[in-house]
Amino acid sequence: MPSLPDMNATDVVDMARRAAEHQAPRDHHIHNEDLKPALFEWLCRMGDSSLILGHRVSEWCGHSPVLEEDIALANIALDLIGHTQMWLGLAGEVEGKGRDADALAYRRDAADFRNFLLVEKQNGDIGSTLMRQFLFDAWHIERLRGLKGSSSERVAEIATKAFKEVSYHVDRSADLVIRLGDGTDESHRRMQKALDSHWTYANEMFTDDGLDEAVAEAGIAMRPSGLKPAWDALVDEVLAEATLTRPQNDFARRGGKTGERHTEHLGHILAEMQFLQRAYPDASW
Amino acid sequence: MYGQELGATQRDGIEAGTEELEAAFQARIDNNERIEPKDWMPEHYRKTLIRMMGQHAHSEIVGQLPEGNWITRAPTLERKQILLAKVQDEAGHGLYLYSAAETLGVTRDDLTEQLLSGKMKYSSIFNYPTLNWADIGAVGWLVDGAAIMNQVPLQRTSYGPYSRAMIRICKEESFHQRQGFDIMRKMANGTPEQREMAQDALNRFWYPSLMMFGPSDKESVHSDQSMKWRIKINTNDELRQKFVDQTVPQAEFLGLSVPDDKLAWNEEKGGYDFSEPDWNEFFQVIKGNGPCNEERIEARRKAWDDGAWFRDALTAHAEKQAQRRGEGVLQAAE
Repeated sequence: MPSLPDMNATDVVDMARRAAEHQAPRDHHIHNEDLKPALFEWLCRMGDSSLILGHRVSEWCGHSPVLEEDIALANIALDLIGHTQMWLGLAGEVEGKGRDADALAYRRDAADFRNFLLVEKQNGDIGSTLMRQFLFDAWHIERLRGLKGSSSERVAEIATKAFKEVSYHVDRSADLVIRLGDGTDESHRRMQKALDSHWTYANEMFTDDGLDEAVAEAGIAMRPSGLKPAWDALVDEVLAEATLTRPQNDFARRGGKTGERHTEHLGHILAEMQFLQRAYPDASW
Repeated sequence: MYGQELGATQRDGIEAGTEELEAAFQARIDNNERIEPKDWMPEHYRKTLIRMMGQHAHSEIVGQLPEGNWITRAPTLERKQILLAKVQDEAGHGLYLYSAAETLGVTRDDLTEQLLSGKMKYSSIFNYPTLNWADIGAVGWLVDGAAIMNQVPLQRTSYGPYSRAMIRICKEESFHQRQGFDIMRKMANGTPEQREMAQDALNRFWYPSLMMFGPSDKESVHSDQSMKWRIKINTNDELRQKFVDQTVPQAEFLGLSVPDDKLAWNEEKGGYDFSEPDWNEFFQVIKGNGPCNEERIEARRKAWDDGAWFRDALTAHAEKQAQRRGEGVLQAAE
């Protein structure tokens, strides 16, 4: 049994955070005034996609088809929220206006979010959730693989940590897509439907814009279009084994990563997620 | 979390010619030996354990729901991570316990069907709703606190797999209780609204937590045999008293009031006098008339039914793979 004094130890999390700040590598990109707006927004893109997907995945907690899935999905959500803390934490630092990861997650409205549309999509059945996860994971692993060699040491550091976790995510989601695609007639039908539904959303992950250009020129991150060949190779391999048919449509839905046109779902996600922080703005939790 | 020991525990009748085996079995228990899955055991011992472990496992699984209710609304990223990790632990406890129960010759699917049909119960506490964020604190502090009180003795229970599962579970539960208390501390020392939420949570969870130890010893029909077999170590009232004695100073530290006018320190017994929970409410909740019984079972049924195609597909794929491997072996042989 924990005793009272034990439970009332000083806040070790704060202590750890202060210690970590001392150890953080110096990174000239973080203090580059010209690059700041682009880097801030790019970091929000990384953090927001993790946050919103983490939120969606966490909705399964206690409701999945089998206990092992409850555990695995909670684990993935946990990893994604962890990545969010790192990306949005760095974004807040780069911005330099005193906003931390929580302020960015809980006090921005939908138009300021920079996540992909794909991750806002409703969970649907477990097959739809897993197909969305696989398409995202296959992008995520390539994104992080490149970022491990980023010219920004802070970015590289986050990517190295996240890469280990996402390697497991993609192994798992690929394996389940294969097993469900090549399972029963019903599971095959559901997985093909999910793939068709997610496809044009997934294409947004490979669209380039001016912001990507600025970040690429600084050597921080590869252009999104550059991630496509490796993504295609993995997706094709997995879909073939899953006996699923790759949709022939290169159209990309846009508006998530630029924030110009999110789906209607994002507002509801934020209304739920941000409720306490919005209703009790003076409280600390 | 934990499973109240509920339901009938009548002797199934001694099988003919088993008196000697039973005597030897009891001697092993009295000698503090662990009973392992392949050992002989009385049928009634086996059934009682299946019921206890199954209920315990179901409680872990259903227990994901009231806490899961706040994951998407957790107020900070860190609180969200902690809660996710905690609920994940509960699912993990369910998994060990179902596995431990399977050593007694039931399957997880059988146990799940019995939960969904209402034949098996889960802890009544999870039929209470989580209405504000402090409830997540109260669940950790009080509900996990009460669970630990029950489970620590079960680490010494006579059935080996159950005892070993409890050792692991207790370590995690003690961490859960600390996180719950940490939320309560933050809320109790926060804004007036947060304080109000904390007091409200304590008001609503106090008596249901006391109910977690089961009916009063006067009414508990099945304690004797279970205690003789060391699948129950302490009586319900002993544990309830211990819980109150531990928790009241913690509530005082938080500056919250325990919702009991009769609560008073009794120097003579070295413990608190306190009001009993409303046992009529307890039995009504067990019968299905608690605030969330229908929602909880409905959520589990939906998860199970909606997931049928998923489970079938995994089985079908495994069969296809096995068949392909078989064909591969044949081809190689040719």
